[in-house]
Amino acid sequence: MPSYYLGGILLMALSTYLIRMAPLTFFRRHLKNRRIRSFLDYIPFTVLGAMTFPGIFESTGSTLSAAAGCAVAFLLAYREKSLLTVTLAAVGAVYLAERLLL
Amino acid sequence: MKNDFSTGLRHGVPIGLGYISVSFTYGILAAGGGMPIGLVVLMSMTNLTSAGQFAGTLLLFSSAGYLELLLATMVINSRYALMSLSLAQKVSAGLSRPHRALMSFGITDETFTVASLEEKEVTFPYMAGLMSIPYLGWALGTFLGAAADALLTPRMQSAAGIALYGMFIALVLPVAKRSRDVLLVVLLAVAFSTFFRYAPFLQGLGGGYSMILSAAGASLAGAWLFPKEVEEVA
Repeated sequence: MPSYYLGGILLMALSTYLIRMAPLTFFRRHLKNRRIRSFLDYIPFTVLGAMTFPGIFESTGSTLSAAAGCAVAFLLAYREKSLLTVTLAAVGAVYLAERLLL
Repeated sequence: MKNDFSTGLRHGVPIGLGYISVSFTYGILAAGGGMPIGLVVLMSMTNLTSAGQFAGTLLLFSSAGYLELLLATMVINSRYALMSLSLAQKVSAGLSRPHRALMSFGITDETFTVASLEEKEVTFPYMAGLMSIPYLGWALGTFLGAAADALLTPRMQSAAGIALYGMFIALVLPVAKRSRDVLLVVLLAVAFSTFFRYAPFLQGLGGGYSMILSAAGASLAGAWLFPKEVEEVA
């Protein structure tokens, strides 16, 4: 297992570095195409959305506790609390839900 | 020149502090999933990216193949190519290729944003200073999180499983609240990934492929339906 992890880590590191390095090192043009820029601008949000749902409901001991954590995260994120506050509150909500339910 | 380095260092302090808390969460998640602490820290010191590391680590825990891992990493991190391209307009045309290649390692969402807002040309010493403290903070937070994982009870570890998703929600929701376009595009991505997860004939599709198809499909639809105005900074 550790060698599978090590290979994966190095593969990720190399590909991430090449993506960061190539444009700055080799290109000097400005990207003007509206659709390509929009596509790249949307990518971080769609990646996060696709990773969060439905994965979040399988991330804890039960779907119900995950739903509780998800609801708390939504409420606080909507009120624009900091990353750390939202994260810790979601973890706290799951912990409480599992104590009460399981 | 030396002055640029210290200006960069100063600008990097708040970023580094923020990174400690995010990478602390990453350390807990990765060590909690069974990755040895040395490898967890190596991941942070060689990758220096939040979403990419979180997703890659989850894929490694699901024993994904290397091709799936590579494609997922490239899609998640494709935004760095845009930032790198944008930064290419902010540096002196005479800046050497080795210097460009070195400073590009430190491009993250936050360092890029700060460097882009600089009125002056971005120099190599400035970028070196700017990335130093975030890099150390990222590595330190990861180590502390991975070390702290051993102190957590099983129930606390189970609750910590949601930490990453809570952070994702905190990243996306404030933006989606202000932009109807982002909201619709994200909802589409969620609909795709839910479909891939539960449609009976698609359940063999790996998590990485599902994420790639959902994110790329929704972004493509967004680029056609709601193209953004072209701005100087992404």
